[in-house]
Amino acid sequence: MIQSLLDGILVGAIYSLGAIGLTMVMHMLRFANFSHAELLSVGAYCALVFDRLFEGLLPVIANNIGPLSLTWALLLAMLVSMGVTGLTAMAIDRLIFRRVRERGVPQSMVFASFGVALVIRNVIGLIFGLSPTFYSNDIAFAMILSQDPLILVKPDQVFVLIAALICMGILHLVLSRTTFGYALRAVAENPSLAQVNGIRLKAIIAAVWLIGGGLAAAAGVLYGLTNQITPLMGNDLLLPVFAATIAGGIGSVYGAVAGGFLVGIAANLAMLVVPSGYSPSFPFLIILVVLMVRPNGLLGEERT
Amino acid sequence: MIGVLSYLVFFATMASILAIAVLGLNLQWGNTGLFNGGVAAFFGMGAYVTLILGGLPQPDRLGGFALPYLLALLGGGAGAGLLAWVVGRCTLHLRHDYLAIATFGIAITFENVARNASWLTGGAQGLRGFEKPLQDTFGAGLSYNAGFLAFVLCVLALVYLFLERLVASPFGRLLRGIREDETAARSLGKAPARIRLTAFVTGAVILGLSGGLFATFYGFVSPQDVLPILTFQIWAMLIVGGSGNNLGAIIGTVLVWAAWTLSGWALSRFAPLDMQLYTGSIQYILIGSVIVAMLFWRPQGLFPERLLISRPARSRGTTSGQTGSTDT
Amino acid sequence: MADPILTAPILTARAVTAGYVTGLPILREVSIDVAEASVTVIIGPNGAGKSTLIKAIAGLVPVSSGAITLGGTDITNIAPHAMAAHAMAYVPQTDNIFRSLTIRENLELALRRAGSARKARLDKLYDMFPPLAQKRDEKAGALSGGQRQFLAVANALAVNPRLVLMDEPSAGLSPKAAQEVLGMARDLTRDGVTILLVEQNVTQALKLADHCYILAEGRNQVDGKAADLLGDPVVADIYLGGKRVRATT
Repeated sequence: MIQSLLDGILVGAIYSLGAIGLTMVMHMLRFANFSHAELLSVGAYCALVFDRLFEGLLPVIANNIGPLSLTWALLLAMLVSMGVTGLTAMAIDRLIFRRVRERGVPQSMVFASFGVALVIRNVIGLIFGLSPTFYSNDIAFAMILSQDPLILVKPDQVFVLIAALICMGILHLVLSRTTFGYALRAVAENPSLAQVNGIRLKAIIAAVWLIGGGLAAAAGVLYGLTNQITPLMGNDLLLPVFAATIAGGIGSVYGAVAGGFLVGIAANLAMLVVPSGYSPSFPFLIILVVLMVRPNGLLGEERT
Repeated sequence: MIGVLSYLVFFATMASILAIAVLGLNLQWGNTGLFNGGVAAFFGMGAYVTLILGGLPQPDRLGGFALPYLLALLGGGAGAGLLAWVVGRCTLHLRHDYLAIATFGIAITFENVARNASWLTGGAQGLRGFEKPLQDTFGAGLSYNAGFLAFVLCVLALVYLFLERLVASPFGRLLRGIREDETAARSLGKAPARIRLTAFVTGAVILGLSGGLFATFYGFVSPQDVLPILTFQIWAMLIVGGSGNNLGAIIGTVLVWAAWTLSGWALSRFAPLDMQLYTGSIQYILIGSVIVAMLFWRPQGLFPERLLISRPARSRGTTSGQTGSTDT
Repeated sequence: MADPILTAPILTARAVTAGYVTGLPILREVSIDVAEASVTVIIGPNGAGKSTLIKAIAGLVPVSSGAITLGGTDITNIAPHAMAAHAMAYVPQTDNIFRSLTIRENLELALRRAGSARKARLDKLYDMFPPLAQKRDEKAGALSGGQRQFLAVANALAVNPRLVLMDEPSAGLSPKAAQEVLGMARDLTRDGVTILLVEQNVTQALKLADHCYILAEGRNQVDGKAADLLGDPVVADIYLGGKRVRATT
């Protein structure tokens, strides 16, 4: 029970990171972006490439950090990957979504993202192969937090939680302390007024992709660190990330964080009573329950 | 010669079955503007329910009710419609994103359940124990397959005629009205959520029928048949053909299905051996690219929606503007 | 047709035709002159094109012909986000503040380009609008109607504008709050700011303004000194009858 709760919190942190970018894009550009979770894959594989590169260039940093299977090289690679993935997200918007948007058929955006997701996923499969890979082949030993009941935590999982919380903390500071953050929130609330007040919508939209892509990359690396890296990871994570977004309320960054933890914990607790083979279905049930009970999510505002 | 003929019958049967599915999706998206991201679930529901209702009793699982075939097929359609009703009731009164996400979710969930609920679906091995109808009369082989093709073509023709009538009817005008301007439709005293639900469920029933025919054709269905790629394929067929235009949707199906089988054949024939594992990926990239490219190049499809104006309006001469989704 | 403005106008609009859809102009060849450090009001019946006129000046409605200048510079069809660069600010009628931001965040956002002077200018705005200073850390959505207008104007003033365009600032306010908001607009002109506003509240607006333009059906009808028009029956004619009247003043 406590073990499930703990596991739920850990995976929930990853969902939260993914959901933050999705909720911002869905709110500002008003479409369900089916390609968002592919950014997690892009980030994970990008970090893999830089990890190998850094280890080759500077063998010194290939050492593990303390008890973690994470190396300094991978930590560095993760930061680089966040930037690269953010730029990738911006580029996809420039090349595809912006053009579709300017044609003015809102429903086409959902559709375009559907196609983009399929292309990204399979291009990754072509480049990196279809079989799963790992950042490290070391076996990570779990720490025993308690014997009775037995509670196990891997050092990597603790790192994942801390890293995710740091990312969210930085985002919180940006949103609540900087005029750039105010501008982001202003555009989210009322784009036309923001424009009248001299805020460039295009710059803000680009920033949203950059931030969303960066956080998605972090989520992808952290997921890869505790699970495995496969071209299908985006596909597998898409539904939980959507569920987190809807549960939190579309447009609410803090809702997305709460929604991620909610989905992670609920899905892990549900596995206590339902066979684990059904776990891919839980996010869907959570979506249905939220839509029936509270269609605007925990912190979302009504909008048609 | 027989080989070629057999293949043509096989090709035509699959294309016709998929065309029925594309027509169902066309009612949802083309005529009503509803994004269904889980086509595979409704198709799969039809396939599984048809086989469970029409199959022979099995010792190790529920189902195998051995119902008469047509009853089983209709049951498959009804099962898909029921699924659509549940999803639609939860999402159609909300912003349109929710339907897209929920239908995507139902497809994942459906595949997941099909894989795991062995007591009902046979699990990963799939659903066996279904005997093709009238096999005694037509025997096996080409003659049977030709007969089945004729049956599928009849269903396709019926669905086509039904949809053409529907689109031309006041209900069809209402659907387009809601798609183009929901507020105006509501102010005229129409209930958009209910009308959309009707269209969504009807489209799903057609998708279910198509799935039922598919399962009948193979006498078998497994989770491999309801993978997300099916959703993408059927979407690509609709988009290439022209959403809103039923005849275009059928032509689009034939074109995309031909391109799909041809590319699969070419890749397996000419791609180097070490690339064989990735032919699927390459085909998926092609499908994804077709979807995105059509949005840029020809969002209305090869065969755009035709103008449908009721007679009184035409006599008043208010024929300007098209009702296609390219309107801004 | 206009009575001569003695000081050189800071804002001019010459034969401006504008509308949301090409070929369907809402404004037809409207011309106005606005004197520096004055309050000019635009009035007219519903659908006269008053709001469209100031939106066209702000670059929010495309101008299909005619020209608009500010301080001698052409500003026809400027990008909405470029208004600040021309020392011009626009206060929309509704939804003119960011409700989910606090008052301080609203003002700091408006002052984001002020650099090192930000703190001093923020304090100055708090001095001008004491109610805002009191509630600085509350969400702007919690403000009363009149206070929202104050915040909207304070936001507009953050760019040190020469010209402030206001779209019905008193709409939906209590008579007392409306009086306060319009009085504040008057006060701003003492600092050299020019105000161009649209009003429904004809009597109050005419009492307050220096100059007045009356529009109807998208065209100039009458203009003159606000004080002269206050008792003029022509105003009532335009409002009640919608009659086309030639300028008489």
